[in-house]
Amino acid sequence: MTYKDKAKAAISKPAVLGEDIDLSSYVSSAEERPYQGDPSRLPSKAKEDMLGVGISLDGTNQRSGTYIQMDNTAIHSSVGQEGLEVMAIGRALEKYDWLLDYWWRAISVDTDKYTANVELNQHSGYFIRALPGCKIIYPVQSCLYLTKARLAQNAHNIIIAEEDSEIHIITGCATASSEEAGLHLGVSEFYLKRGAKVTFTMIHSWNPEVAVRPRTGIVVEKDAVFLSNYVIMKPVHSLQANPVARCVGDNAVVRFNNILVAPPGSNMDLGSRVFLNARDTKTEIISRAISTGGNIINRGYIEGDAPNVKGHLECRGLILKGRGVIHAIPELRGNLVGIDLSHEAAVGKIAEEEIEYLMARGLTRTEATATIVRGFLRVDIDGLPPVLSAELQRAVEASEKEIM
Amino acid sequence: MDNVVLNINQLTVAVEGKEILHDVNMEIRRGETHALFGPNGSGKSTLLMAIMGFPRYQIIKGNITFKGKDITNLPLDERALLGIGMSFQRPPVVRGVKTRDIVAACLKGRGSGEIVGQLAGKANLTDFLDREINYGFSGGEVKRSEMMQLLAQNPELSLLDEPESGVDLINVVLMGQLINKLLEKSHRIRNRRHAGLIITHTGHILDYVNARTGYVMIGGRIIGEGNPREILATIKEKGYKECIKCAK
Repeated sequence: MTYKDKAKAAISKPAVLGEDIDLSSYVSSAEERPYQGDPSRLPSKAKEDMLGVGISLDGTNQRSGTYIQMDNTAIHSSVGQEGLEVMAIGRALEKYDWLLDYWWRAISVDTDKYTANVELNQHSGYFIRALPGCKIIYPVQSCLYLTKARLAQNAHNIIIAEEDSEIHIITGCATASSEEAGLHLGVSEFYLKRGAKVTFTMIHSWNPEVAVRPRTGIVVEKDAVFLSNYVIMKPVHSLQANPVARCVGDNAVVRFNNILVAPPGSNMDLGSRVFLNARDTKTEIISRAISTGGNIINRGYIEGDAPNVKGHLECRGLILKGRGVIHAIPELRGNLVGIDLSHEAAVGKIAEEEIEYLMARGLTRTEATATIVRGFLRVDIDGLPPVLSAELQRAVEASEKEIM
Repeated sequence: MDNVVLNINQLTVAVEGKEILHDVNMEIRRGETHALFGPNGSGKSTLLMAIMGFPRYQIIKGNITFKGKDITNLPLDERALLGIGMSFQRPPVVRGVKTRDIVAACLKGRGSGEIVGQLAGKANLTDFLDREINYGFSGGEVKRSEMMQLLAQNPELSLLDEPESGVDLINVVLMGQLINKLLEKSHRIRNRRHAGLIITHTGHILDYVNARTGYVMIGGRIIGEGNPREILATIKEKGYKECIKCAK
């Protein structure tokens, strides 16, 4: 059975989680966009939108590579360092026969109707690869930008970090319009070979009419390290994602940091799943959710299937204002003697005692609250290059006023 | 009157409807350090919290004047800005907020990161600046962190709630040094501007910090006032019962 056959069979299969999206209400074709050799010449509005999600196109000297997809066209890809490949997935498939060996291996094509739709109506996506032993100095940036109303953006991305390579990727997904409906379907498959290190920082900026269904699978081999940071602080009609990482080699490490802010009208169902399938593997999932009126389901799942594995899960939520709901669902499953899994979950308001403590130092109530919220959203990430830490911090600070 | 930093007049305070302090009077002048003794639950911390202005501590009678200004109804943060600071006995952990950020906030723009580093050096807390405030701190670290914040805040009146409790002998000496710096003990008496009110159970801290006046509080009332060393000696020898007897 081919992938296409499996996809056809699954095209009506609802996802296990999240509101069901009617795919027929979206179009899957958009006009072809011309290739843009110099992305700094893109319209200033597009560049501004992209900058908001960490994509810097004016003076990209702090980026090792760039990929930009507008609607369903890859309009730019470039690399600035040896040992790095960044290109549209179609080109990569033409170039490398072996790439098919990675196609739908980290996630099944028939997971649900969204994966099926990406297979049947796929329009580009990116291929990023760090060659063996190569340490990619600056982050690689990729942007999926949605401009056409009611478009379903179907991207399939593959990221391969070869043995002992190191790569930092910043992905920004944004919409040009602040009101037009759209659907973003992005399949991302990560393969980390022995000793590789990948940090993947994704910043999303949608609008109250956009639905988002990313589908992500990560395979982490021996001694490899995968760090994921996900930030969404702008409204979205409906987001549901539950990426799954499998530690298949000894000593593999996976860490997910999720920062979610749900304004009124936003519905987010975000989780992270990690399967510790090999000896001495470790994971940490840290999720911070703030509702200023929107709804958040904050999930986490860790399963330990091998000796001496360790995992910790933290789902913390603050309801700052409005009538939003935060539902924390942390889950742990151990299948063996000697595994060490733990979680902490909390949903609530800022403790008055903490506000008053800061007020006793001379901060006003508003300043004290802002300081605590800023601290709540601050996730210190080991191993993240300063330029990415700065991007993350900037994304958080940019939304601070709206949160307060 | 110009030298009076704090004047408390007939202060009666309730917490959640229950009256804790009754008709408390106190006057602290510029440059003076006063010590407050009393058994557990006698209302000492309540007095400090009421002076600082925590909303839970409702003033139902009397008033508090700071540098001649009636602050009885002034909010907590405004009292801090006027020049009142407090070291907490058990401060809360504020997850995600770094010690460095709070010390910097206490400086209120009066200094740079360099000063934060210097203060941390003095409090032997350099390695704690990038840790979340109070998270996983030992008893002594908490106390030194409180002093570091107060030194940054530089208040004219410092309210110190049991600064030596949970602190080992070596660090009590350091705490003494920090408090002396805060209260400008190295200045000549007439040049001192800073005043302090210290709650102490054991009196250990008074081996390192001189106090001018001592009070004994029992059952929410100040029942005695005098030389702090004499009061402490009496408490050590005969317990608080003797103080109650004396008061009668």
